[in-house]
Order: sequence, then C-alpha cells, then structure tokens
Amino acid sequence: MKSEFINIVSHQLRTPLTNLRWAIEFLMSGNPENQIEYFKILKENSDRMGELIKDLLIVSRIEAVKLFQRKEEFSLEDLTKEIIKQFLPLAQAANVEIKFEAQEFLPKVFSDPFQIKLVIENLLDNSIRYTRGEGFCQIKIEKRKENLYFEIRDNGVGIPKEDQKYIFQKFFRSENVLKYQTQGTGLGLYIAKSIIEKSGGKIGFKSEENKGSTFWFTLPTK
Amino acid sequence: MKTILFIEDESALQKTFGEVLGKEGCEMLSALDGEIGLKLAKEKKPDLILLDLVLPKIHGFDVLKKLKEDNETKDIPVIVLTNLEDIKDVGKALELGATTYLVKAQYSLEEVVEKIKKALGE
Repeated sequence: MKSEFINIVSHQLRTPLTNLRWAIEFLMSGNPENQIEYFKILKENSDRMGELIKDLLIVSRIEAVKLFQRKEEFSLEDLTKEIIKQFLPLAQAANVEIKFEAQEFLPKVFSDPFQIKLVIENLLDNSIRYTRGEGFCQIKIEKRKENLYFEIRDNGVGIPKEDQKYIFQKFFRSENVLKYQTQGTGLGLYIAKSIIEKSGGKIGFKSEENKGSTFWFTLPTK
Repeated sequence: MKTILFIEDESALQKTFGEVLGKEGCEMLSALDGEIGLKLAKEKKPDLILLDLVLPKIHGFDVLKKLKEDNETKDIPVIVLTNLEDIKDVGKALELGATTYLVKAQYSLEEVVEKIKKALGE
C-alpha cells in the first residue's frame, strides 16, 4: 500500500516537473516567438507542484496523527465572508455568482480557524471550478442542535454516481476532473474530511451529475 | 511530411511537442483523451503514435490494446511516453505491442525527439 502511494505521488510530482523541464529546454533551444505562453506554462506548473507539496505535508501530518489543532472560539460566519471576498475574482472569471446567507445570532464554533479555513477554501474552490457559466454557489450557515451546519450548494457538473463513494479518498479524481481540465492535487477532500472529523464534526455531500452538488459539514459550538 | 498523433492530457506538453515537431517538419495531431486518440488514429492513420498512459476516458493500456487489435491501426508504431515507471507497466506495454517505453522524467526533450525520429525510420 505504501509503495503504491509513493508510485502515485511520484507520478503526480513528475507530471508538472516534466512540463517544466521540457518547456525550459524548448525556451533554451532557440528564440521562440511566443515566449510568454511558455512562461505561463512555467508559472502554472510550478504553482501546481507547490500546491501538491503543501497538500502532501498536510496529509503526512494527518496520517502521523500529529495534526495539531489550535482550538479557539471564532465566528464561522465572519471567516466564511472573508474567504468569499478572496474568491470573488475567481468566481467572476468563471461567471459564477456566490450567494451567502446566515441565520441571525449564530454562536461561535470551537475549532482551529486556520484549518477550517482550508476546508472552506477547498469546498468553495471545487464548487466554482465545477460550476461554469451563469452558475451559482449558495452558501448557508445555520444552527442545528449543538452544532453549526455549513452548506455549499451549486448547479455545476456534479459527480458521477459511480465516483461518489471514492471522492474522499486520497488522489481520487473523478472523470469530471479530467473532462473539465481543472487543476487540483486530488487531496483536498481527503484533507477536508480529516480536519472536520478531527474537529469533532461531520462532513458529507449529495450530488447529481449535470445538476450540481451540495457539500456540508458540521462543527461543535463548544 | 510525417504525421504524429500525440495522445496526452497535459496541454502544456501538447503545446511544446506541437512546436518542436513542427520545427522537425512533422505534423502533430493532438488528442487530449483516449477516446479522441482512437478516433484520430483510425481517421488519419498517422505514421507514429505517442501515447501517455494515465488518460481520461480510456486508459492508455486499453488504447494500445485497441490500436493493436484493429487491422487499420495495428501496424502504426506506438511510443509509450509516461511518468509511470513500474517495471510491470513497462512489461505490459511491450507485451501489448508498444515499440518503445519512455519514462518522461528520464529524457530531455531532444532525446525524445531523437527516439521519435528513430521510430519513424529517419
């Protein structure tokens, strides 16, 4: 199992590395007219490697059970609003409208805000990337018993039924990931699930292909 | 002019190879998944196929198998160009009829072009 994991990781790391190496060699081989396009390849692929390494480090901490959580009380609503602001340019470029609603007088949650930020960023990023052209991502937060319930619903491409049971697995990437040529490390949902469960919450989703997906999680308020 | 079909889902590599092979006087056809790759192979009968293995829709091994089972495409040489380097994958590709198996990370762009020229008999 471990060697299979290493095989996958080395393949995932080598792919952007090869893109980089051959683009550099091509740039060095002469004086291509469209240099800027090759610089774009260099930028995209070095970012891709950076993302993968960042996610691998988080995964290694999760698996070594060393994912330290600096728990504190914070407002999930404020954190979400801050993240939405950060994603507006990406949403605009994808022609996706982000809607947000939160129940009044929500209590604070008790968790690690930095890690919960990673979870929300991951869910919102996925939602925008798989909802293109006049789509929406609807986020809502409400209180349910002793927990806060966070939901993000979109009218995007959805997840094929046969892929649904695998999506929280490491490196699983749905057919749609490939079809829609989106970038990603294949680790985001695995990380999200690990963080939420470690925080004492639950995470889940429902999805229908070509109709959209709804991802949700809960977090304890105390 | 020789025609090369490149079945590869990485658009960066499609771009780089398109230009490099163009400079070598070849025409490159692009397929971003296995399904389009098989379709183009049948329609255009390229002189050579460069085939990645981790591909959307149809895995590279299945593409290779189908190419070699089809009378119209079975004689087209296929170079497998991948970042999988498990010895079992190498054996499987050669057994299915690949001409050569190249691990991308082990070769420079120039070396790959040389291998392509060799496979084309140049």
